[in-house]
Amino acid sequence: MSKVIIHTPIVQEEIDSLKAGDVVYLTGTIITGRDAAHKRFVDLLDEGKELPVEIENQAIFYVGPTPPPPGKVIGASGPTTSGRMDAYAPRLLDLGLKAMIGKGQRSKEVVDAIVRNKAIYFAATGGAGALLSQCIKSAKVMAFDDLGAEAVRVLEVENMPLIVAIDTKGNDLYKLGREKYSKL
Amino acid sequence: MRQIHVDTITKTVRDLCIDACIDIGSDVECLLNKARDTEVSPFGQNILDQLIENIDIARREQIPICQDTGMAVIFLEIGQDVHIIGGSLTEAINEGVRQGYRDGYLRKSVLDPLTRINTQDNTPAIIHTEIVPGNKLKITIAPKGFGSENMSALKMLKPSDGIEGIKHFIIETVKNAGANPCPPIVLGVGIGGTMEKAALLAKKSLIREVGTPNSDPEIAKLEEELLTLVNETGVGPQGLGGIVTALAVHVDTYPTHIAGLPVAVNVQCHAARHKEAVL
Repeated sequence: MSKVIIHTPIVQEEIDSLKAGDVVYLTGTIITGRDAAHKRFVDLLDEGKELPVEIENQAIFYVGPTPPPPGKVIGASGPTTSGRMDAYAPRLLDLGLKAMIGKGQRSKEVVDAIVRNKAIYFAATGGAGALLSQCIKSAKVMAFDDLGAEAVRVLEVENMPLIVAIDTKGNDLYKLGREKYSKL
Repeated sequence: MRQIHVDTITKTVRDLCIDACIDIGSDVECLLNKARDTEVSPFGQNILDQLIENIDIARREQIPICQDTGMAVIFLEIGQDVHIIGGSLTEAINEGVRQGYRDGYLRKSVLDPLTRINTQDNTPAIIHTEIVPGNKLKITIAPKGFGSENMSALKMLKPSDGIEGIKHFIIETVKNAGANPCPPIVLGVGIGGTMEKAALLAKKSLIREVGTPNSDPEIAKLEEELLTLVNETGVGPQGLGGIVTALAVHVDTYPTHIAGLPVAVNVQCHAARHKEAVL
């Protein structure tokens, strides 16, 4: 497990050298979006409209945080299950989205879109919402405020601990890791 | 007849909601520490370290351990000699959930299944009620996140499928769930009864102190065997491979029909939250 620091906006050469299983610390601004926001993104695109946030060379974090208690910028902020975004992700990747942060395996369509676009998928630790919140230095709602926890936010993160789950070549740690330890 | 006022119930539910989401029980904490000693995969060890640190941060910062603070699943054991006064029991519980999720800065994740419009206060709760002897009221709250709930499964097996069929179904459910339910998981398994009884048995087994075996030694043996099998899937912490896929398997059974063998598997993430109070 080699450890690398990655910044946003994503630099292609930096992610090209990453391999499934590398430990990465991400610093910079990232956008958030989960189920309802993704549906709205795709609806806007279908209507020929612009997205409310820039996604080109950006990283999206699949998260619906808890509300910030007084004095804090955000509440618990761990990843949600990425598979529910599989229906929408290829479209965003084809528009230049470079990195996704979530948890869990992705569909073949998403892996194909990752390879096609030389994008990357990072796993954050599911259920470590308190720990991950400590990496978030600021949070601002950018769109769909009515969605509450599901609103699109821009987060400033510092040293967010991630693991490369699917690299730009399509190597998938969820498959490789399981095969190594399966006895059944 | 002993009287309990609904305001007491509301206050208790409010406090339990907050406590359950922020302060994970020592049962889970002990098993995560044990898992850290057992796990051989470097990714798995790294993840378990994060999960153990996460518990401390949540307590120190007074924020939830996980952003999915769940649907509020509530088990009531109402003593038959208790008289609840001052209003509706259901409304008192929902008011407790409303206050807890508001005052504890917990996420409001509940919405209409079709319109997808959020109720904004995490109500209604899922309430399971049992009438028991005595004059006490026991309230258990188990906030249930949906990363794991979504990976749960129920199957009406044939009697000829037998115990091997049950094991196969459980292992397939775990393999299919993979990384999605945030392993290491806890499995709640309900065998027997009717369709809804099996599901309820599975759910209710999850409020047992995690890792406590069933009091029936034969079923306890099955739990142990299932835990070994589940850990042989190789799914591992967060599904990235490893030898700790589950912290525990809980099984409960109930008599069923001559023609049937219902089996429900309720998948629970490592944030196996449950807190109780007796009034």
